[in-house]
Amino acid sequence: MNFDYSEDQRALQDTVQRFVARDYRFEQRRAIRDAEPGWSREVWQGLADLGVLALNIDEDYGGLGYGPQETGLVMGAFGAALLLEPYLAAAVIAPALIRRTASANFQERWLPDIATGASIVVLAHADARQAPVTEIGGNLSGRKAVVAHGGCADLLLVSARTADGGTGLFAVTSGAEGVHLRDYPTLDGQRAADIILDNAPATRLDAGGAAEAIDAALDIGLAALCAEAVGIMDATIAATTDYLKTRQQFGQPIGRFQALQHRMADMLLHLEQARSMSYLAAMHCTDRNQAARQRTLSAAKVTIGQACRFIAQNAVQLHGGMGMTDELILSHWFKRLTAIEMSFGDTDFHLQRFARLSRAA
Amino acid sequence: MDLNFSPEESAFRVEVRNFVGEKLPAHIRDKVTNGVHLNRDDHILWQRTLHQRGWGGPGWPKEFGGPGWTPTELYIFEEECAAAGAPRLISFGLKMIAPVLMAFGTPAQQARFLPKIMAGEEWWCQGYSEPGAGSDLASVKTRAVREGDFYIVSGQKTWTTLGQYADWIFCLVRTDPAAKKQSGISFLLIDMKSPGVTVRPIITLDGAHEVNEVWLEEVKVPAANLIGEENKGWTYAKFLLGHERTNIAGIGIAKRELARLKRIAEAEGRLADALFAARVAQVEIDLMALEITNLRVLSAERANKAPGPEASILKIKGTEIQQAIAELMMQAVGPYALHFGQQDVGPDYAANLGAGYCNLRKLSIFGGSNEIQKNIISQMILGL
Repeated sequence: MNFDYSEDQRALQDTVQRFVARDYRFEQRRAIRDAEPGWSREVWQGLADLGVLALNIDEDYGGLGYGPQETGLVMGAFGAALLLEPYLAAAVIAPALIRRTASANFQERWLPDIATGASIVVLAHADARQAPVTEIGGNLSGRKAVVAHGGCADLLLVSARTADGGTGLFAVTSGAEGVHLRDYPTLDGQRAADIILDNAPATRLDAGGAAEAIDAALDIGLAALCAEAVGIMDATIAATTDYLKTRQQFGQPIGRFQALQHRMADMLLHLEQARSMSYLAAMHCTDRNQAARQRTLSAAKVTIGQACRFIAQNAVQLHGGMGMTDELILSHWFKRLTAIEMSFGDTDFHLQRFARLSRAA
Repeated sequence: MDLNFSPEESAFRVEVRNFVGEKLPAHIRDKVTNGVHLNRDDHILWQRTLHQRGWGGPGWPKEFGGPGWTPTELYIFEEECAAAGAPRLISFGLKMIAPVLMAFGTPAQQARFLPKIMAGEEWWCQGYSEPGAGSDLASVKTRAVREGDFYIVSGQKTWTTLGQYADWIFCLVRTDPAAKKQSGISFLLIDMKSPGVTVRPIITLDGAHEVNEVWLEEVKVPAANLIGEENKGWTYAKFLLGHERTNIAGIGIAKRELARLKRIAEAEGRLADALFAARVAQVEIDLMALEITNLRVLSAERANKAPGPEASILKIKGTEIQQAIAELMMQAVGPYALHFGQQDVGPDYAANLGAGYCNLRKLSIFGGSNEIQKNIISQMILGL
């Protein structure tokens, strides 16, 4: 047993941390967020040049063939910097899904482009409740809801109900006829889109097993999301510690007050438990046994979701009025942590799934 | 990063499992797995069984007759023992006074006391707390006055766990009343059979006799029983508290009790209730996370990294989890948890659940209350 990262892994982490410290300071991020399209192609190219877009792509297709641990290190650094670019969707989930479903030809066509940043591919999975996406005669109709970074995709990987009642995975070109995108900012400053498909031309990617492949890719994404959350919570707690030591009231630093000290201790408890589960999620997110894997990932998401809520709320509370301002990065961490708790299934969803899978086991 | 145990560690686990499976008497196992209090004989029988195998001093280095296990091996040992329903190690001798003797005792003290601890021949208890010194331990008032080759000790200790079984007590006593709080304290070993020592039971809310008052009235203690130097006792006391934390998270015990909770909840049909099932799921998830946190701490200890606030984190979360499990077990059986001390009412498994819930409220109070632990954590991160 060993909880240390290797030298290579540390070097990767350093590289990414140096990049965000130089090219993704909070003011730079604010400028990117406030201008259309709400993310930066220049930054994306910078990430491609660093090699991090190639992290989750096999060496056969121009990638580096790394795994969930390296992805977690990168996500932690991006989390603290509040990256607006579609790293999780396009560089983690999409390659994992393509690798599990598509033909060699399709992989050959798209994976090298993802690695170099030439193309952005995003999964559109969750249906709008009233209009699930359905395949009829090879074309798709229906609506996908709140697709993270759907608006910036060149190619969409769309799940759809097929004629036989199963699930298929289809490639849809964003600019194709019958594809309507409604792009909007989300609470955390990122972008999402509703995608309305009206008899849109599509190419089926999988030869069966699409539902399992999507679950598997989303689990890899969930482990990466957990690592992102831990990166944000680390930064949030460091900033709050700093504030408690410097903010003076009643003639002393407010960190001398026990009520505040105990909140801080509780935040640290949540953080360390979340960090432990983030490691466990990275270790198990590629396991083949779906029930065991989902049980572990649900446990991780419950721990991390609860930590996100607790740490975000208390960090704002301990910052007092300043915690409420848009000026401090703290409120932006708060919003991203809020969004993470609600993404990939919220705490209640995963608590119930864990209970069900534990009983069946 | 690799979260798996090494092949050697896994083989060691099997060795422990086989040993406990073979040697643990069924009547002790049944008591432990059903939450029944163990008596002195039960504990001593198990300690002697371990001693015969060469495992009488788990966590002890080889030079003092221990097996010289790594922190991870010790963890595996305790986890396997707990899972199989073995008694938990009585820590007062093995994990508290023994490390103090090894670090600060004279060769004569080491030779006199350590072998008998390991062999289960002498039972120790802890004389730290007093009526006026709980969380504020340095305000102990028990006086020890030097007269020739003896100290004359007078005062009162309290919350002395299993003191009714003890042969010896290690005490914090005040030797210099004029000195500042922490600097006038000494560390003395006192024979419980000495004239002037009186043990009075304290009955706790669960009806059990686990803790005691120990009264010391002009007890004559040989000066040779002083640990280290006079008035340096606080240093040794703090050292001891640092060692008390092995197995502080109680992962193995919590796993065993969680399995018991699930058995009871299943038998009562409570897992079909989504709300109750979610509560069980929550505590199981918290335990999964704490298990990894605990392994992280072991891994850091092995690398001799400076201890951070981890021990306090383990204590708080570990005790919260054990308390939550006891509470859910009580909830699971409904009104039958309310009957008290009868063995023939309701399902057998319900017999001790109310009392067990009551008893475990102690966990967040002893060993440095959970609020004191939060003070420690915030001191370490804020340094204010």
